[in-house]
Amino acid sequence: MYLVVEQLLNGLQFGLLLFLLAAGLTLVFGIMDFVNLAHGSLYMMGAYFAATFVAWTGSFVLGALMALGATLLLGIVLEYVALRHLYGRDHLDQVLATFGLILFFNDAVRLIWGPAGLALPLPAWLTVPVQIIPGVYYPAYRLMIIAVALAVAAMLYLVVMRTRVGMLIRAGASNREMIGALGINIKLLFTLVFGLGAALAGLAGLMQAPILTVQIGMGENILILAFVIIVIGGIGSIRGAFMAAIFVGIIDTMGRAFLPDLLRKVLSGAAASTAAPALSSMLIYLLMAIILVLRPEGLFPAAKR
Amino acid sequence: MAEALLRVDNLVRRYGGITATDNLSMEVVAGELHAIIGPNGAGKTTLISQLTGQVMPNSGTIRFAGRDVTGLPSYKRSRLGLARSFQITSLLKDFSAIDNVALAAQAHDGHSFRFWGNARKERQLRATARAALERVGLGKRADIVVSQLSHGEQRELELAVALATKPQLLLLDEPMAGLGVTESARMVALLKELRKEVTIVLVEHDMEAVFALADRITVLVYGRVIACDVPDAIRKDEEVKRAYLGEQHAVTRHG
Amino acid sequence: MMPKLNASNAVAALMCAALILLPVYSAATGNIFILTLFTRITIYALAAASLNLIMGYGGMMSFGHAAYLGIGGYAVGILAAEGIGSGFIQWPVALAVSALFALLIGSLSLRTRGVYFIMITLAFAQMAYYVASALSRYGGDDGLTVYKRSDFAGLINLSDRTQFYYLCLACLFGGLYLIWRIVNSRFGLVVQGVRSNEQRMQAIGFHANRYRLVCFVIAGTICGLAGALLANNTDFVSPAVMYWTRSGDLMVMVILGGMGSLFGPVVGAIVYLLLEELLSQFTEYSGLILGPVLLLIVLFARGGIMGLLGRMRRG
Ligand SMILES: Nc1ncnc2c1ncn2[C@@H]1O[C@H](COP(=O)(O)OP(=O)(O)O)[C@@H](O)[C@H]1O
Ligand SMILES: [Mg+2]
Repeated sequence: MYLVVEQLLNGLQFGLLLFLLAAGLTLVFGIMDFVNLAHGSLYMMGAYFAATFVAWTGSFVLGALMALGATLLLGIVLEYVALRHLYGRDHLDQVLATFGLILFFNDAVRLIWGPAGLALPLPAWLTVPVQIIPGVYYPAYRLMIIAVALAVAAMLYLVVMRTRVGMLIRAGASNREMIGALGINIKLLFTLVFGLGAALAGLAGLMQAPILTVQIGMGENILILAFVIIVIGGIGSIRGAFMAAIFVGIIDTMGRAFLPDLLRKVLSGAAASTAAPALSSMLIYLLMAIILVLRPEGLFPAAKR
Repeated sequence: MAEALLRVDNLVRRYGGITATDNLSMEVVAGELHAIIGPNGAGKTTLISQLTGQVMPNSGTIRFAGRDVTGLPSYKRSRLGLARSFQITSLLKDFSAIDNVALAAQAHDGHSFRFWGNARKERQLRATARAALERVGLGKRADIVVSQLSHGEQRELELAVALATKPQLLLLDEPMAGLGVTESARMVALLKELRKEVTIVLVEHDMEAVFALADRITVLVYGRVIACDVPDAIRKDEEVKRAYLGEQHAVTRHG
Repeated sequence: MMPKLNASNAVAALMCAALILLPVYSAATGNIFILTLFTRITIYALAAASLNLIMGYGGMMSFGHAAYLGIGGYAVGILAAEGIGSGFIQWPVALAVSALFALLIGSLSLRTRGVYFIMITLAFAQMAYYVASALSRYGGDDGLTVYKRSDFAGLINLSDRTQFYYLCLACLFGGLYLIWRIVNSRFGLVVQGVRSNEQRMQAIGFHANRYRLVCFVIAGTICGLAGALLANNTDFVSPAVMYWTRSGDLMVMVILGGMGSLFGPVVGAIVYLLLEELLSQFTEYSGLILGPVLLLIVLFARGGIMGLLGRMRRG
């Protein structure tokens, strides 16, 4: 029972992290109609920046904030220099270009930080387990991830739903011509949205860094998960991304935790221990495939554009 | 009387709050040219699309040549002999004019799982296609890519494509939309020829053309049939005058 | 009809001649490396050409095409591991399994369109990747070594570098010829018509998805052949060949060379892999150059290299 609670929390934490990644992706996709495979690279860069800045400053919080600023800046520069020229182009062109960016970032990281991964140690105050309900302890750091991500999600929600910029973003996601007709500086809006997405990806990367090692290619697997989420959640929808992310996070985590035992009840030990990891890794893809087969336009199809 | 070639009973199609086709029933008998008129938004295109299967009705039945085709997908209805032209030109833009028509001929021929021979060199397909192009006056433009054709030529090509499937019933959705005066006259002349060979349902805003061509006219307003009769009777019908002909000038030649 | 003499056809002809003569050059100069490099290139060119059939001609943007490389490869590897070394069994099995896989995922995926199609094909390929990782009997994550190349009863010796190269080249040319015939056939015109305007094709009587599906299966089968070749070439097959970035590589080759052009994917494969190889000789960090090059190509050379050549002719 405690295990279930713990895994549920892990799933929630992972899902929230995925949400940070998916939010930027879905905004950029929904508003600029831009497929950005390099979003995973920004996640990776966030982690590397954090590992570096934390080591420099000796302060986790300060280093993390600097890393956040750095990814924001990186995203804005990237958009300004290259990607804005790809808006309105074929999705395939965008795939090709941003695939190139993945190659670039991977080798840039290899050049700057070396091929071996980095570790991002946590400060002592974040390593203590916290008793959440009697008898159940949970790492403080993971609780912090949950708190930060929830705060960010709430902020995003407020920005998107309550502010003028948010209104433009929503208008843009459902009707791109309209914001043009309103005489808004679209270029600036797009740059800002892209920068925001980059910063969110960076935040996800730097928060995940202490849990996993910081390494080249860390963005590639999780990028696909983020795409799965925005497809399930409906392209351009923050709320859809939020729900889908938590759903995916929990399914993925619970699958990995409990599927092996479950399988062992059905299959022989050997068969189960080979099938379980594959099945639990596949679970999310299986889920998306089933959803798309049954609902070819995603669970929450966006209004026709 | 024998069963009509096309028979529609109690057809309903809703879009959200709008009822685009409202409990509509009508018949088209073999050999006639049956015009459908009505103001913009009356549901003419929606009706055609349900007849050819691009849009599925919410309820009601469509019988064609003695067969219930209500649930059939569009490609099956085409094989039964239903062909249409689109109000908004719908062609293979990156193919040449003759390729567009030859594909329709190939569809009619029915053997398309052939992987080896060069289809562009099949005499009989090309000949059929060329004949259809000649027919609509595009003989000299056969090898031009569609995107390079003028709007009028594309309208004519729409017709050639429909003809090449050798239909029993031809449904034309505003074939004259956007045509100039001479082009329109050519189209009317062409339809006069075609009506001798094939049953035609003609949706058109050009009243002169409609009254010149039609054997019978159905008038649609808000998805409902308010009248269906021979042209002379329609001209005199008070309800039609009120609902439609009175505002005719406001609605001619619109997309 | 004589092929028109223009820049892209000239490049294609030159390229074919060079590929045919390559072993002569290699033998004369003793440069073995170039032969092994180009063996790999021809295999990837075949895979890219098959992807081009669905992407360029069929308009189906599959992001999971590398799955067939793995499936074809594993068919050879697993049969070899189980003691069935004959290519006459291995290869037909590789093709058949690839075709079946394509049939399965195609019939499910083709319900979707656009980005959703990209994502669902990707999802299926990722599943194949994880299934392969779980084959602990056949190496699991670490992959499976193929100790003996496919045996063709003395007809051809796959362990001979030159013979194997020519086999790969023959498969490439055969594949291209097949694709060329298909593209110009009745079937091919329908597939391209469906890409261009599905509604119109349905309206004149074509069941669009049926043609799409058959095309999808043909492409998967051809790519399965490339997979069988690849496993023989590297004497090894691992889940990594199915990872989504490999599918991305194939897409890059197709787009780089020019989608919907017969020789485009071959040019794309040559340029992409050669560039990668050349750069890696100068620097460990080839991506630093390759990545921006891809970006520049997208920004400034729409339609890929073949598109560029086509425009050159028109001036
Ligand atoms: N795809 C659709 N979605 C929503 N409403 C539609 C759609 N197609 C048609 N309509 C509505 O149905 C009504 C009839 O349209 P239409 O058949 O195009 O009329 P007509 O061809 O007579 O001008 C209109 O009110 C139109 O707005
Ligand atoms: Mg209309």
